[in-house]
Amino acid sequence: MKVGKDLVAASATPIVLGILADGESYGYAILQRIAALSDGELAWTDGMLYPLLHRLERLGAVESRWDVGGNGRRRKHYQLTPDGKALLAEQRQQWQVVTSTLSQVWA
Amino acid sequence: MSTGIEAQIAQWRAFLTERPAVSPADADELEAHLRDHLDALTAAGLSPDEAFLVAARRVGAIDDVAKEFAREHSERLWKQLVLGQHDGQPNGFGTALACAVLAALTIVSPALFGFGMTGNEPFYTVNAVPVVLAFVTGLLAIRRSASPRLIAALAVPFVVTVAALNAYPFEDGGSTQALSVLHGLVLLWLVVGIAYSNGHWRSTRHRMDFVRFTGEWVVYMALIALGGGVLVGLTLGAFAAVGVDAELAVANVVLPGGAAGAAVIATWLVEAKQGVIENITPVLARLFLPLFTVFLTVLVATGVVQRDVVGSPRGLLILFDLVLLVVIALVLYTLSSRDRLAPPGWTDRLMVVLVAAAIIVDTFVLAAMLGRIGEFGMSANKAASLGLNVVLWVNLCGTVALLVRFLRGRSRHDAVERWQTSFLPVYFAWAAVVAFAFPVLFSFA
Repeated sequence: MKVGKDLVAASATPIVLGILADGESYGYAILQRIAALSDGELAWTDGMLYPLLHRLERLGAVESRWDVGGNGRRRKHYQLTPDGKALLAEQRQQWQVVTSTLSQVWA
Repeated sequence: MSTGIEAQIAQWRAFLTERPAVSPADADELEAHLRDHLDALTAAGLSPDEAFLVAARRVGAIDDVAKEFAREHSERLWKQLVLGQHDGQPNGFGTALACAVLAALTIVSPALFGFGMTGNEPFYTVNAVPVVLAFVTGLLAIRRSASPRLIAALAVPFVVTVAALNAYPFEDGGSTQALSVLHGLVLLWLVVGIAYSNGHWRSTRHRMDFVRFTGEWVVYMALIALGGGVLVGLTLGAFAAVGVDAELAVANVVLPGGAAGAAVIATWLVEAKQGVIENITPVLARLFLPLFTVFLTVLVATGVVQRDVVGSPRGLLILFDLVLLVVIALVLYTLSSRDRLAPPGWTDRLMVVLVAAAIIVDTFVLAAMLGRIGEFGMSANKAASLGLNVVLWVNLCGTVALLVRFLRGRSRHDAVERWQTSFLPVYFAWAAVVAFAFPVLFSFA
């Protein structure tokens, strides 16, 4: 079973913010984490993550810096800002309403 | 990783960076992603080629990814010229700024010692243009790392012009002074061209580049003047509102200094944006070529109906000098962006109509003016505009002949370009005659 496109798009922001709440990360690692958490059922086109990260950066929710990894590869690392934490908290409340409503409807 | 894979990655990256919405930094980021995924896939046992196919597919179709980037970064679809840096390389803005500040200081320095523009207009009229153009030439010489010999040669016309114009005992408010200043400007601008081509002024290609430079420079000056006008207006208004009359300071310091600085900055702007932003002058030329052709053909038709094109001859020669100059500018700037190997097109045919109409009208004007000069005698103004008119008339006759030959497939298109650029030295010579010989010939009247 694959999750539909609209739902993937809607959940993208809270998922990315949530992963970054555990500590700074970079694009490829974020996608790996999503794949692991969803057993590969939240399918993204990898390239689409980056415009999203850039949008979050423009909104001030994340900060980025270039870093050189263990194998000498330059990667752009993203980190949650205080604004991003606030945004995550807000999204989390909204999604809790959605999930609790759904679970009661389907109970 | 194998060279085959490196080549595939390089090609993939090239496709990506071709999109205006994807910046080199974005491409770096996506490439790092692709390489991480490749490592993981090859570690899991895929061959490098298989791994590349899978990883590239996972990143997504480049069209879709670029579209997503464009939605987030729509500003990148507009080519930007950021002052002071372009892809992180220095582009000489510091030097340009220093030259501009020096030019502005030189222009306003007499005013700082109480020798302001108001009351000393002749001094400023004669010296302002050579001083500003000397800084423009200087900036170009620095940018081209001109040889000492060339710099010395460039200095000669400036020294001669300043010396002659200051030494000549011009009558106050006479026309020879105005003519000398105007033609000195043309002369020295062509000297700027020698600096622009770093001494290679004999080559047609370099001359054409200088023609392009001139057009863009004029456009940038006009844009800067527009902004400067707004700034000056607001300054005057704001000071008036607090009860301070800033008019004298603006007229003596801000305007002349600003104009001098603008001339230098415009030079740098044209150079810096040359490859970044589309040239605007050819666009304007193509826009106005049909309109101007209609205007001139209607003028010819009216003349035929009324059996008289000339009408009132007062100031007509100067007006027609301007008309011919515009026609030549339209031809030059249409040529400047033309693909030299393209077959004849509608612009070439339009140009023939435009130039032919201009020649017909101008021939009438010339005949009428020669009659008038025979009747009332010659003056410096009449002689200068008549001479220019003849030069431009010859230029246009040659242009139309070469264009027709080209349309009939008898000559190549660059013959027109060569003919046009061969007139730059003619303009130079004529400007020198009017600037230096006319005051003497017409006893500084």
